Amino acid sequence: MSKNTGEAVGAPSDRNTGEPPALRFPAWRKFRRNRGALAGMVLLGALAAAALVAPFVWPFDYARGNLSAQFHAPDLIHWLGTDEFGRDQLARVLYGLRLSLLVGLVAAAINVIIGSIYGGVSGYVGGKTDDAMMRLIEVLYGIPLLLIVMLLMAVFGRGVQNVFIAIGLVYWLGMARIVRGQVLALKESDYVGAARSLGASPVRIIFRHLLPNTLGIVIVAGTLRIPEAIFIEAFLSFVGLGIGEPRASLGSLVAGSLGNLESQPWLLLGPSAAISLLMLAFNFVGDGLRDAFDPQMQR
Amino acid sequence: MLHYLLGRIVQCLVTLWVIATATFFLSKLIPGGPYDTDKLPSAEIRAQIDAYYWLDRPIAVQYWHSMARVARLDLGPSYRFLDQPVQRLIVRHFPPSAILGLLALVISLGLGVPLGIYAALRQNRPGDWLTLGLAILGVSVPNFVLGTVLLYVFVHRLGWFEVGVIAGPQWPSLILPALTLAGFSLAFVTRMTRASMIEVLRRDYVRTAIAKGLPRRRVVWLHSFRNAMLPILTYLGPLAAALLTGSFVVEHIFHIPGLGEFFVQSLDDDPPVVLGVALFYSSLLIIFNLAVDLLYGVVDPRIATGARAQK
Repeated sequence: MSKNTGEAVGAPSDRNTGEPPALRFPAWRKFRRNRGALAGMVLLGALAAAALVAPFVWPFDYARGNLSAQFHAPDLIHWLGTDEFGRDQLARVLYGLRLSLLVGLVAAAINVIIGSIYGGVSGYVGGKTDDAMMRLIEVLYGIPLLLIVMLLMAVFGRGVQNVFIAIGLVYWLGMARIVRGQVLALKESDYVGAARSLGASPVRIIFRHLLPNTLGIVIVAGTLRIPEAIFIEAFLSFVGLGIGEPRASLGSLVAGSLGNLESQPWLLLGPSAAISLLMLAFNFVGDGLRDAFDPQMQR
Repeated sequence: MLHYLLGRIVQCLVTLWVIATATFFLSKLIPGGPYDTDKLPSAEIRAQIDAYYWLDRPIAVQYWHSMARVARLDLGPSYRFLDQPVQRLIVRHFPPSAILGLLALVISLGLGVPLGIYAALRQNRPGDWLTLGLAILGVSVPNFVLGTVLLYVFVHRLGWFEVGVIAGPQWPSLILPALTLAGFSLAFVTRMTRASMIEVLRRDYVRTAIAKGLPRRRVVWLHSFRNAMLPILTYLGPLAAALLTGSFVVEHIFHIPGLGEFFVQSLDDDPPVVLGVALFYSSLLIIFNLAVDLLYGVVDPRIATGARAQK
């Protein structure tokens, strides 16, 4: 996606610092020059701000209905109309947006943690252990992961925490591979040898010396995980496995509008636009990050 | 080659065994049994039902029994449909899903690849921008949103299609579900083809071919296209997975009595079906992935299939 249209490599802002520009965050500068990524950032910021500020500003509650105001079409009071319990649809959409962001962040964080530990141990210990651990990942890759998440949700039951756990537990495979690759490259470096000769334990080396140095790549890969997690949560809620009433998820809101499509089509607008814009923003940011850090990096 | 194939088949079987084991124990944890908890039948009848499903044995015995049965391609009786073996239920529900999936696959590749090539040949011109814009939109709009919007616009508003009829003379009713199912993959394939094609068009041998004065059509289709297709081939595996999981959503929206909808309905109260469908889907994916890997070795002679196994 990146369109580096002829701008000079050494941007003017670098002139006064006396440092060679390439040594300071070249990726960040590359990212900043990517117009799509910046637009994505702005959109993402706007959505997040709306979601966070909403409960303090918007007069309606997402859960409290008003039975005398069922199925209102959009007007100046209820901008996106009301649902079958007279609940304000905009409040519900903003709540769903908040939940989506939360699920995305938490699930991605769990993926990062599990993946880092697994990949770190596998890469550092090496040998037979590494072989066995990587073979296990290969086997797990053959499984349709979404099926397992759905099964876990059927076991745990609906609920926000359960969505975190189910997604977090399943989608760390790619992360483990990335971290392992990084650790394999890093563990031969001198500073790790120095730490080892000082008698540092493997646990200390992995957690204090190796994993912190993989952080950059891991954060980028983790960011790419977020929209996937958001989609999965919305998908689960859409098919009735994710988040239940009275809470609102963008997925369950779309599912709710499906039943009233004929008579109350406006209910579809809010949640559809919200999740599509959110995914769009994350995709732009993700593409920008990927181009900036490592064009070869995939899944 | 034969050695590699055998190794891969063993690996596939191990994967299937892991899935079968995981789903077996997970489905044991799902609350609910073969009878309603609201109106419990008498103790004798319950004992009979339990014996029918082997639920009166220790879990280890159940597990062994279940695995042995699966090995014989028998998935056992369903909870909801007492006298129906799960494999028969799967065979009954699969055809609509398969038709939709194939249609979506054809749309994704048949439209995505030409669009990607078109965009690559017009890089940074309006046609390219338009294609790319649509593609990023296609990757971003979730399938359940796309399906619901299509349903509203073309069925409720315009009344061009009917919903819930599969096969027979009403084949147009397949168009919307197939488009919904293909949406994401179509956009993804377009972007991938474009990126891959652009990369190949920059290669030295392409420049040589052009410099040699070969006709453009020949350079594009003979020299570039074949090499640009290799990354698409690796995406076929995830593509199949996306089409499988998309079916849960699409069949729900368009009221199609397929396997995806059946699986979602069975999740709460029919563990044998859950186990069976999970295994069935996984086997499909695994066979598909194996076929793609072998195909890769055929299409790209640089890859010695045996050597890939060493990696």
